[in-house]
Amino acid sequence: QDIDDVGHKYYLELVLEDVLDKDSTVNCTAEVLYHLGNNNIAPDVQVSLEGELKNTDEADNIFYHRIKSLEKELVAENIPDSYGNVPPEMEPIHLLAWVASGYVIWQNSTENTEFHLAQIKHVKQVKRSDEYLEFDYMILLHEMVSQEIIPWQMTVLWHPQHGVQVTQDSRQPKHASE
Amino acid sequence: LQLDFWLSPRGLGDPVDIRVPFPSLQPLKAHLEANGISYSIMIEDVQTLVDHEQMEMLRSRRGLPLSTNTFDYATYHSLDEIYAFMDLLVAENPNLVSKLEIGRSTENRPLYVLKFSKGGTNRPAVWIDTGIHSREWVTQASGVWFAKKIVLDHENDEGLASILDKMDIFLEIVTNPDGFVFTQTQNRMWRKTRSRNSGSICIGVDPNRNWDAGFGGPGASGNPCSETYHGPYANSEPEVKSIVDFVKNHGNIKAFVSIHSYSQLLLYPYGYTRTPVPDQKELHQISEKAVAALSSLYGTNYKYGSIITTIYQASGGTIDWTYNQGIKYSFTFELRDTGRYGFLLPAKQIVPTAQETWLALKVIMLHARDHLY
Repeated sequence: QDIDDVGHKYYLELVLEDVLDKDSTVNCTAEVLYHLGNNNIAPDVQVSLEGELKNTDEADNIFYHRIKSLEKELVAENIPDSYGNVPPEMEPIHLLAWVASGYVIWQNSTENTEFHLAQIKHVKQVKRSDEYLEFDYMILLHEMVSQEIIPWQMTVLWHPQHGVQVTQDSRQPKHASE
Repeated sequence: LQLDFWLSPRGLGDPVDIRVPFPSLQPLKAHLEANGISYSIMIEDVQTLVDHEQMEMLRSRRGLPLSTNTFDYATYHSLDEIYAFMDLLVAENPNLVSKLEIGRSTENRPLYVLKFSKGGTNRPAVWIDTGIHSREWVTQASGVWFAKKIVLDHENDEGLASILDKMDIFLEIVTNPDGFVFTQTQNRMWRKTRSRNSGSICIGVDPNRNWDAGFGGPGASGNPCSETYHGPYANSEPEVKSIVDFVKNHGNIKAFVSIHSYSQLLLYPYGYTRTPVPDQKELHQISEKAVAALSSLYGTNYKYGSIITTIYQASGGTIDWTYNQGIKYSFTFELRDTGRYGFLLPAKQIVPTAQETWLALKVIMLHARDHLY
């Protein structure tokens, strides 16, 4: 729908599929408004779910306590690796990056972009004195239309009850010599 | 005590080497010390050594398969391994398979094409290429699988046998070897060729924007640093030129399929213009059938349509050129997945991807065989 002087509005019907359980799906509808002219404003998104998302409290708490009780801060690179492997203990780190990158992607999307998380190049846990977990990620986003691989830094906070927050993110320069 | 003498007692003053089972260690030590016999430990733990050697042997056996039957299709391989595989396949099936060198890459690597033929001279042919974009690893891996599949099925599979009765199949597995090596040694996300661009520090040309069809138009970039840089002129890349020359010299190619990843799409021309191709209806119908065949195996969902309406505008693309050359059945695949792993598709998905894609390829090849022009 073209809205004069405002932008383009899209009406979507989607099916959400649980990545960890292909048979678990939830229908939803969404409205996405891309603003005219200014590409620096994220599109407006309204979503409604027809149903409930699965409860993940148990897995969340196990992960939370595992990380909280690490003696040394978690550090990892190349998730997945070149061969598509993700070590099982890194899977939650991978999923967390996916959610957080969703926010970054939303903030940077236009009608002419299609982003996917290509890889976590590097992730480092930052120890905090409060109850949150903090991770400093360097990710690679793949943009379909230009086919570019864009390095992006993001700082992610997470807590089982308080959810995900991206407190900082910035696009990084590509290495021209490669 | 179950002592295992590796160097038996020979004579006075000569050393004796003994492998000692763990429970016998203490008693033996006590006995030697009680008799004033000096000893030293040569190997702390023999089992560790044995385990290590086993692992080394397994690894080296994987690196040098002795036949295409022991080759591991469910893993990603190096360029050398794939080139060795090709030679093995030809050696095992000299009456069906031959290897052609159609040119050399920018870094002077040979560009090899496998020819599958049951005879005849310059029969109408199908062309399949994989790996033109080097980071799309599931494609080269699928190409290897296709090669073996053709050999396995060429007599007992009715469809394939009938195709080969009338047509030859050409398969270029590593269409961009320089890029491929670069993805293994330096940058897993490398897409383009590795040619130097004058006046720029950036390297490489997008081989799927370098063809002479709408060359330089929208949907390609004039910036050497871009992933979709079209190059200084059409066919500037030897990887592209060698295929152009091959196709022109052959003169009888009837179907051309260029394979990419990812997105799960089956595409036909055009990418450079919205004008539909004259054969749009037929190509659309073939695509519908091919996608249905593909999905039938594992339920993988594909969309299909022309490049420009389904994915994005792209100029200077492979199948736009081949179509304009008169190769009616020109298709591009984008294989698994849709973004969860993207280019980094886990190896365990290689074989299922290749299997389902093969079903779609057969639909295209059978249609070509039945509608030769």
